[in-house]
Amino acid sequence: MKPQVPAVDPKRAEAVFEDAKPRYTVQQAKVEANRCLYCHDAPCIKACPTDINIPEFIRKIGTGNVQGAARTILESNVLGTSCARVCPVEVLCVGDCVHNLQGVPPIQIGKLQRFATDAAMDAGWQFFEAGKDTGKSVGLVGAGPASLAAAHRLRRFGHKVTIYEKGNTLGGLNTTGVAPYKLKADASLAEVEWILSIGGIEIVSNVEVPTQLSWAELEKKHDALFLGLGLGADSWLDVPGKQLAGVRGAVDFIAELKAKPVDLSAVKHAVVVGGGNTAIDAVRELLVLKAKKVGALESVTMVYRGTEAGMSGYVHEWAYAKEEGAQVSWQAQPIAFEGKDRVTGLRCTRLDAAKKPIAGTDFTVPADLVLLAVGQAKLGALVAGLAGVKVDKGVIVTDEAGATGRPGVYAGGDCRNGGKEVVNAAGEGRDAAEAIDAFFKAGGRRG
Amino acid sequence: MVDLTTNCAGIVSPNPFWLASAPPANSGAQIQRAFEAGWGGAVWKTLGQPIQNVSSRFGAVGYRGTAAVGFNNIELITDRPLEVNFREIYETKKKFPKHAVVVSLMVETEAEWKEIIARAEDAGADGLELNFGCPHGMCERGMGSAVGQEPKVNERITGWVMKYAKKPVLVKLTPNVSDILPHGMAAKRGGANGVSLINTIKSIIGVDLDTFTPMPVVAGQSTNGGYCGSAVRPIALHMVGALARHREFGLPISGIGGVTNWRDAVEFLLLGASNVQVCTEVMLRGYRIVEDMIEGLSQYMEEKGFKSVQDMVGKAVPRFSEWGNLDMNYETVAKIDAAKCIGCQLCLVACHDGAHQCIHPSKDSAVRVPVVDEAECVGCNLCQIVCPVDGCITMAKVENGFPPASWNEHLSQGAKLRPKKGAH
Repeated sequence: MKPQVPAVDPKRAEAVFEDAKPRYTVQQAKVEANRCLYCHDAPCIKACPTDINIPEFIRKIGTGNVQGAARTILESNVLGTSCARVCPVEVLCVGDCVHNLQGVPPIQIGKLQRFATDAAMDAGWQFFEAGKDTGKSVGLVGAGPASLAAAHRLRRFGHKVTIYEKGNTLGGLNTTGVAPYKLKADASLAEVEWILSIGGIEIVSNVEVPTQLSWAELEKKHDALFLGLGLGADSWLDVPGKQLAGVRGAVDFIAELKAKPVDLSAVKHAVVVGGGNTAIDAVRELLVLKAKKVGALESVTMVYRGTEAGMSGYVHEWAYAKEEGAQVSWQAQPIAFEGKDRVTGLRCTRLDAAKKPIAGTDFTVPADLVLLAVGQAKLGALVAGLAGVKVDKGVIVTDEAGATGRPGVYAGGDCRNGGKEVVNAAGEGRDAAEAIDAFFKAGGRRG
Repeated sequence: MVDLTTNCAGIVSPNPFWLASAPPANSGAQIQRAFEAGWGGAVWKTLGQPIQNVSSRFGAVGYRGTAAVGFNNIELITDRPLEVNFREIYETKKKFPKHAVVVSLMVETEAEWKEIIARAEDAGADGLELNFGCPHGMCERGMGSAVGQEPKVNERITGWVMKYAKKPVLVKLTPNVSDILPHGMAAKRGGANGVSLINTIKSIIGVDLDTFTPMPVVAGQSTNGGYCGSAVRPIALHMVGALARHREFGLPISGIGGVTNWRDAVEFLLLGASNVQVCTEVMLRGYRIVEDMIEGLSQYMEEKGFKSVQDMVGKAVPRFSEWGNLDMNYETVAKIDAAKCIGCQLCLVACHDGAHQCIHPSKDSAVRVPVVDEAECVGCNLCQIVCPVDGCITMAKVENGFPPASWNEHLSQGAKLRPKKGAH
């Protein structure tokens, strides 16, 4: 039976967002494809965490072989459709395009990839078949990009695959967390549907591991496990007023606006705390909602403890945010949320270069909504029941292929890398599937 | 500004840029606009018994996103009444007395030639061009390239023309021959004042993959057309050069074939053409391209110290020889400028797959600049050709101690040749 991909709410807040980088027309794609030098042993491939053969797929677009282009992309990365839109290409493939070295605009690889993969999704081109049944079974925990990439590759090898998802949606942060001007939930779910169309990927939703389904049970049912657990809930600031209404986690808020309507009728001033990519995403998303006159938004301010040069978010993303009208308070440390029941302001103090508070510099930023983008909880006790699986600084320790210290248990994605890009998760999931297959072929048995 | 006045076989024009006999030179209104834009002369689209054309008429080959590196057509000679053409020739000459108006002609019998020559000269033509080159439509009727491919017929008809013509006569040669020399010599024996070449090359421009029809498509069918445009320039240069360097030929040449800009024009002049004619690039970009042609040529002449166009005609001819006279001991190797290299490694893959396997990746995997094995490099130039960075790869001369020696000298005098490279 074909697994059901959940529907999206047409009235969800993200519906008003427009594509930041719309799909190329055939003409645009041709012109751009023909600029590619078709490098040998290309730097762009090396910069891609899923080593997509970029010059090859671009050449195929240039010759009108769009189907072949899509196959080349998806062969390396079954999440190539979402990655085309959400990858920070500026610091990956595009950043390493040799054109940069002679002051020529680099090839717009992401846009070309989107051109080919969107065509594949639209037409429903199928390139891959499930392998002959091997009798082996793999359980994957979490239905995000890492597990999906692993599941697809495992099915090509002929292994049975079951994905366990604690929620009721599929696609992980691709569906619930990516900025809507890059990728909307429906596009993510269409990609999930395409991935599942290889057949034989069983989905078990609304089951939390290990509380509702123990590790022992999972290990009994499957010959190997893949952990694609993602990260935990938004981290919180332990300062007075932290329980006030209107103080929210950024990831939680973004998930809401991607799934349903949001009520911002009482929010004139929004503040985002943090300096990473989630903070910038939240700022940019609020700015879109302001521009679209959703609610009463008048200002969007980022409050960050460090300096502009020291922020961990991508430079190119922050440049967009500034263009779009983001306000910012650098070297500011929140010390309290002000307000009675609802938050009305964020009390801050200035920090010096060593991030030490400067006495007498307290000030209040008016805020009817404060989004906390100060990190997500790492894995704690979640994998405690799996002896041999080590957790270091909140992430699962694996070898390069994704094997944990426990035979037959592999991990990939945010729970392993601490929160990187979709493309990293896709690569780690794929490679872990290869490792699991090798483990089976080597007659691997769990200890 | 330098003087660009040009004389080709006695036909004088303010600059060496003429429109070739083709759609851009179809009517008086067009040619007058071209003269206003700066063109020095025009060869009127071939006059003869007006024909009827088909739809469609043109096709093009693109390459990696460039729309028309090559072009072809199945259009015939003029389809407009002769009296209209002659009236417009008269009007054009009246408005532009200093510009060259050459009239291209194509008829069958001696009587027809006699009559049409008289009418063209009466209308004010500065010269005549005999269309012995058209490779489609007209040749099946015994004209065009059917004449140009038979030296005897060429000579006979040229002889007829020379009996009646008072103005200079250029014979337009077809490239659809294995050797251009006998055809140029036939025109000379017929008494022509000069030749113009090349006409278009017999071609099929492409095939429609969906309808299985060659192009250009005419009601589900096609036919051979005349190939032209930038892609044919090397063929034209070769044929112009072959005539220019032939000791007994000696007639002025009007160079045609893939001239798109002033650089292309200079190449023709250096290989022995007295002027150039342009069609395809005008069809693709309009008469306005002549502004850059005039400026570019003028600047080039000033830079090189040429006082007149004639000064540069044939400058490259002495350096065009047969293979057997080339210096076998001249040795070059590729040098890659690491400071300019962007690491695309196109040179590496080209050398490995298409040449002599002597460009290798750096031993340091962090370095993308490839390494040339100079002991193996045969100096073929392929790497330089594929390199996307101007001046990054140069071919450097190697001092190998062997005095110059050609293959002919080796055979006839036993001249010593350097050891072969890359032949193991």
